[in-house]
Amino acid sequence: MHIDQTEKKWIWVTIFMTVIMVGVLTAYAVGSNIHPPSGFEPIDSTRLHLSEEFAEDNLGYKDNGDGTGTLTMVGARYGFYPSTVEVPVDTPIKIRVASADVLHGLHVPFTNYTTMVVPGYVAEVNTTFQKTGDYTVMCNEYCGLGHDHMWSRLKVVEKTGS
Amino acid sequence: MATTTASMQENLSSARGQNSVNIGLANFWVALVFMTVAVILGVYQVAERSGFFPALESPTLYFASVSTHGVLMGFVLTTFFIMGFGYYAATTSLKMPIPGKGFAWFGFWLALIGTLIAAVPLLTGNASVLYTMYPPLAAHPAFYIGATMLVVGSWFWCIEMIWMMAKWKKAHPGEAVPLVHFGNTANAIMWLWTTIGVGSEALFQLIPWSLGILETIDVGLARTLFSWTLHAIVYFWLFPAYITLYTIMPKVIGGKLFSDEMGRIAFIMLLVFSVPIGFHHLYMDPFQEAGWKFVHMFGTFMVALPTLFTGFTVIASMEIAGRLRGGKGLFGWIGALPWKEPVMSAAGLSMLLLTFGGFGGMINASYSLNTMVHNTQWVTGHFHLIFGGTTVIMYFAAAYHMLPRMIGRKLHSASMAVTQLWLWFIGMLVLTLPWHAIGLLGQPRRISSAPYDDPLVEQWNIHEASMIVGGVILFISSCMLLWNLYKTHSASPEEQAMEYAEPIHPAPRVPHLLNSFAFWNVVIAIYLIASYGYPIAQFFLNQTFGATTWGV
Repeated sequence: MHIDQTEKKWIWVTIFMTVIMVGVLTAYAVGSNIHPPSGFEPIDSTRLHLSEEFAEDNLGYKDNGDGTGTLTMVGARYGFYPSTVEVPVDTPIKIRVASADVLHGLHVPFTNYTTMVVPGYVAEVNTTFQKTGDYTVMCNEYCGLGHDHMWSRLKVVEKTGS
Repeated sequence: MATTTASMQENLSSARGQNSVNIGLANFWVALVFMTVAVILGVYQVAERSGFFPALESPTLYFASVSTHGVLMGFVLTTFFIMGFGYYAATTSLKMPIPGKGFAWFGFWLALIGTLIAAVPLLTGNASVLYTMYPPLAAHPAFYIGATMLVVGSWFWCIEMIWMMAKWKKAHPGEAVPLVHFGNTANAIMWLWTTIGVGSEALFQLIPWSLGILETIDVGLARTLFSWTLHAIVYFWLFPAYITLYTIMPKVIGGKLFSDEMGRIAFIMLLVFSVPIGFHHLYMDPFQEAGWKFVHMFGTFMVALPTLFTGFTVIASMEIAGRLRGGKGLFGWIGALPWKEPVMSAAGLSMLLLTFGGFGGMINASYSLNTMVHNTQWVTGHFHLIFGGTTVIMYFAAAYHMLPRMIGRKLHSASMAVTQLWLWFIGMLVLTLPWHAIGLLGQPRRISSAPYDDPLVEQWNIHEASMIVGGVILFISSCMLLWNLYKTHSASPEEQAMEYAEPIHPAPRVPHLLNSFAFWNVVIAIYLIASYGYPIAQFFLNQTFGATTWGV
């Protein structure tokens, strides 16, 4: 068994680099509270309209009364519903999304609001929108021939009543 | 007289690669012809999606094309090329024929017939579900059955590689298996582990569901099983490229391999770490806890280590050759390398593309940063750079090196080959760098048009234009490749032996753990159960709701 001295040094350098990278990423995720969607929450996608939470009348943004909010949405070919939602800036928001049909992906460029929307499971993400403005909610997972046309509007507005 | 001719013939065929020549050629040509078809589809796709040519626009055609392009590049080009490479490298390095040749050919035909069966629904728009097979979008059953036949066909190759290693070790007790075959066998074993995921999805979910035997499909389970395959498949593709860099490139450029043992360690690490880390493809999925995603991120960074080791060994091997050829100074040896050799040019360009692609890969692999790029065009740009660039450019190098040796002729034109490789490199950069940029500018992946009412769309145009130029350059390059290899079949005869690089420190014997996979298979099994056991079991321990069937 022969490992060259220079190569041994390189092995230590690569291990050190890897540890540093994983450390920085971990610190960043924990420090800025950026976590991917989590949790195992089955739901019957064919009966969303009968569920309390994802029934049509209950979709949209709700103020929780404690400075945080909840946004409930449904993805279905070809749109995200409600098709226009208004949310306050600088407010921690719990977002819950379900699919009524096939696989979708929800993506709002220049924000951390991204999740896959998988039939049979509720997707939950937590984020805070930091800049006001009009954003486009785009489907980023192929969901059929009309995939390109699946988008809706997200308006991040100034906080009211504070 | 007759016997002399016969024995001469035998010597010739033994020098050229025993009984692997025909099966090697068949696999190479199937791979490269299908690849060119896929390149043509790729050019159509970049043009269609740009929106510059209204007459071309059709989501029906576009998604049929994307599905076919993905299957041909990801499954067909790779599987056949890897099989051809493995057979030829095995017979020439172990200096023994393929045992049970009919068995090997059966695998080839099974894979080819499977490909043709899957091609029918793909080309007629009845399998526009993309190569990642997104249920509950349902394709025609022939698509799933054909694709499964292709995978099962590749298992015959895996068994052949393992069989040959065992046979060789029996005949050479205590000796180190040649590095090239050690690598191919590592890949074969890894591929068997890898395909358990997609194989289970196909056999227990997709096929019975598409035939109507099952009414619904659990998409969470299907995606978890697919993720099992989705990362390691990339290393299945990459292995022949690394093997060429370790064992063929140093020989061609007149140098030596820097370290045989480090090659073995890298191959074993790739084998062990590739499969149990697939959750970085599920970072943004619900139905798996963030904790599991974090554990898989750690493994994903571990698998960067063998690539970093490889980079060192390969560049050190290049430096040795450069200095032996009279190169002086800190960087002088680079200019002294034989860049007119296709294998040398390909190796240099491949390492450069790997550096770019590896950087992007770190971002995709990170648990937090991935949020910004998930399912944007950044991801598509990334895997085209790593697969279409780093990996495929080494497939070209291997084909330029092996095919003339298989048939005992001179390569039609080495200079055309080098031009082709450079064109491929440039085309790949022109295609993929804007592709990354457009992803950072928010464009989602897999769209056939951009009908969004958003000022961002304006910013995408310049990148779309660049991608068309890249696509056309790649098309020209792939035509040059096919033409050069086709003309080689009628080029002037020249017998060149297929030789592999010697390490600086010959390693006739290596520690048992670097010469056998038995122990490592146990490690993989334990690692897989730890990382995938509960995430799969949860679908059976809890009540879930399957999705109904949807057309595209």
